[in-house]
Amino acid sequence: METIDNEKQEFNITVYTENQIGLLNRIAIIFTRRKINIDSLNTSPSEIESIHRFNIVITESEDVVRKLTRQIEKQVEVLKVYYHTNEDVVWQEMALYKMSTDVIAEKVSVERLLRENGARAVVIRKDYTVFETTGHREETDNLIKILQPYGLIEFVRSARVAIIKKSDGFNSKLREFERLEPGEDVMENEYLNKGQKVFTM
Amino acid sequence: MEVQTITQEIGEITAESVKSQAVEVSGSVALLEALIVEGVETIFGYPGGAIMPIYDALYDYNDKLNHILVRHEQGGIHAGQGYARTSGKVGVVFATSGPGATNLVTGLADAQIDSTPLVCITGQVFAHLLGTDAFQETDVINITTPVTKWNYQVTDATEIPEVIAKAFYIAKSGRPGPVLIDITKNAQIQKFSYEGYVKCNHIRSYRPKPIVRHQYIQEAAELINSAKKPFIIWGQGVILGSAEQEFKAFVEKSGIPAAWTVLGAGAIPTDHPQNVGMLGMHGNYGPNVLTNDCDVLIAIGMRFDDRVTGRLDKYAKQAKVVHLDIDPAEIDKNVKSTVPVWGDCKETLPLLTALIEEKQHTDWLNTFNEYTAKEVEAVIHKELNPESGEMTMGEVIKQLNEITKGDAVIVTDVGQHQMVACRYAKLNKTRSNVTSGGLGTMGFALPAAIGAKFGAQERDVVAIIGDGGFQMTLQELGTIMQSKVDVKIIILNNRFLGMVRQWQELFNSRRYSFVDIQSPDFVMVAKGYGIDGKSISERDDLIPALNEMMSHKGAFLLEVMVTKENNVFPMVPQGCSVSEIRLK
Repeated sequence: METIDNEKQEFNITVYTENQIGLLNRIAIIFTRRKINIDSLNTSPSEIESIHRFNIVITESEDVVRKLTRQIEKQVEVLKVYYHTNEDVVWQEMALYKMSTDVIAEKVSVERLLRENGARAVVIRKDYTVFETTGHREETDNLIKILQPYGLIEFVRSARVAIIKKSDGFNSKLREFERLEPGEDVMENEYLNKGQKVFTM
Repeated sequence: MEVQTITQEIGEITAESVKSQAVEVSGSVALLEALIVEGVETIFGYPGGAIMPIYDALYDYNDKLNHILVRHEQGGIHAGQGYARTSGKVGVVFATSGPGATNLVTGLADAQIDSTPLVCITGQVFAHLLGTDAFQETDVINITTPVTKWNYQVTDATEIPEVIAKAFYIAKSGRPGPVLIDITKNAQIQKFSYEGYVKCNHIRSYRPKPIVRHQYIQEAAELINSAKKPFIIWGQGVILGSAEQEFKAFVEKSGIPAAWTVLGAGAIPTDHPQNVGMLGMHGNYGPNVLTNDCDVLIAIGMRFDDRVTGRLDKYAKQAKVVHLDIDPAEIDKNVKSTVPVWGDCKETLPLLTALIEEKQHTDWLNTFNEYTAKEVEAVIHKELNPESGEMTMGEVIKQLNEITKGDAVIVTDVGQHQMVACRYAKLNKTRSNVTSGGLGTMGFALPAAIGAKFGAQERDVVAIIGDGGFQMTLQELGTIMQSKVDVKIIILNNRFLGMVRQWQELFNSRRYSFVDIQSPDFVMVAKGYGIDGKSISERDDLIPALNEMMSHKGAFLLEVMVTKENNVFPMVPQGCSVSEIRLK
């Protein structure tokens, strides 16, 4: 990944961890100590039972992100940390929009706008309807703007989830980790692999 | 064989033996059994409500575990640090919940930044009271998260053996650090079926040291072999990795001049011909200036602290940097390395030594000596050999060297006396310099000296403390009294908070804002604790008083009145490059 080190951009940090109380705080304070805002944070199960996966989004320079990932990886219960630009991941965020059912029923254009933006109704009640879209930030943001004139009652967006394009998953790595003397591959870290494609699993 | 502990009674754990041999014990007993198997001999602690079951169990373990009752939990943890630093073992500290635990925080932060292995056990309120604002309840886990390598709350006794095993493994492996285990009172009391203790040697998410990559050793050796003006700078990593021999072999074969950070002091003796002195803000002239003149900078077990580097964008820009460190987060953190040698220097140094050519960099070493001569003329001579006027801190250290011959453990607090002691104290052996480096904790020295003595019983321990720092933890004189700790205490009294005063003089137009500190009669205070002491202000009394102190049986406090407004030089002013170091 060749980018200019000092230019700020969105980075997706993927953290594989043990499931341990307090670990969220341990990871969060690595950012807050350096006065770095977390744009989005999602914790979820991973492809492996008992291993958790954090997706963290921050806007920073690569130099800063690299140092942060090393600090995160240093935590005892963290197995592995990767960072990627938006181009290197497939990512989605989900948004929910609450609208007055009357407005939708009255204005044909609203229904069309919702359809055009890929929204689907999750709940339809007499007084309100909840729509959902999933997509990139611009897409969910765009729908807010569109719905605002028609009286958007409530809006919420989820944290980002991201899948790494060039990843074979964590299974084989975990088996290595579980060995008493893990092989060189597991011990790799980026600067010891100069010249190779760095952030791949 | 005499059966000593429950764990020994159970014997070696095998799959067959487990169930049949299990014994019903409390969580508290399981904890103490764990400490014994881990080789713990000394605990520094202070009891309280939420840790009472552990102290009750300790009552029966008095012959196996030596518990030192301190006067304040901060004193306890600094003692644990001092113990770890001189013994190379893990320091163990007990404290109760709430204020007992929060009083540990300064020591935890100190141990975290100085990579000191500690296991702290704190009591906690009953699990069912967690989050109810119960008496002496505080959120210890969250308070201590940023200042511990690892922490964990135990609410069930059955977890204790495994958690304590992990705690010791994490504290001492890789880059060492402090671990805190918070145990709720119900878990301390709870009886469970104890099946023995298994030491931890692997945690799948934790890799304390990497497999060494020979490619980088090779690259480092090539750089070193082709260097004309190579320069070694080393830190505490050499000592923490017990790699002093390997380091000495590397230094001697390479013929390269070597300088140390404050915490690296003593890894090779002060008078080793290739030891060119101390780095950093108050370090020696040559090592600072020539950092910006060398062609290859070989950093070993050090982390490029800002007090070492001065202004970073003007630090060693001309040099190729080889950085040996066990913590990958340190490599490229402050100074970009040309060749990163990630690994345990006990392993990497011999590999590197094998590949380097045997050399003598005589001219280059002489350049360092020329700078030393300039420093002696401008600073050192008058600091160590003043002919008139009040005594200087430097001459006290010089005379102390004459008596200890460099064999004593020197414990220092923080400030001017610390810099003077680090600059001038002669150290023949490793693990002889105990000081608060990264955090700069005033009040560290007195309790740390207590621990240092327990960690190295056969050695003389001399605590050198300022009049300010001494007053921060002087309650530990009570510990010295009660546990009959044979430490020698020198208070270098300049009647000022000297380092801040120095900065105010140099950078704030002598506006001496709240640095004029009054002190009690320290000798009388010591006497109150049954500790002998003496105060001197005349040069003629210095040598006899130091001799009296060192030959005194038991603890002794010597107050030396030194000149009030002396400054520590050389000095790299904040925001300046190391090559802009000032001699006056």
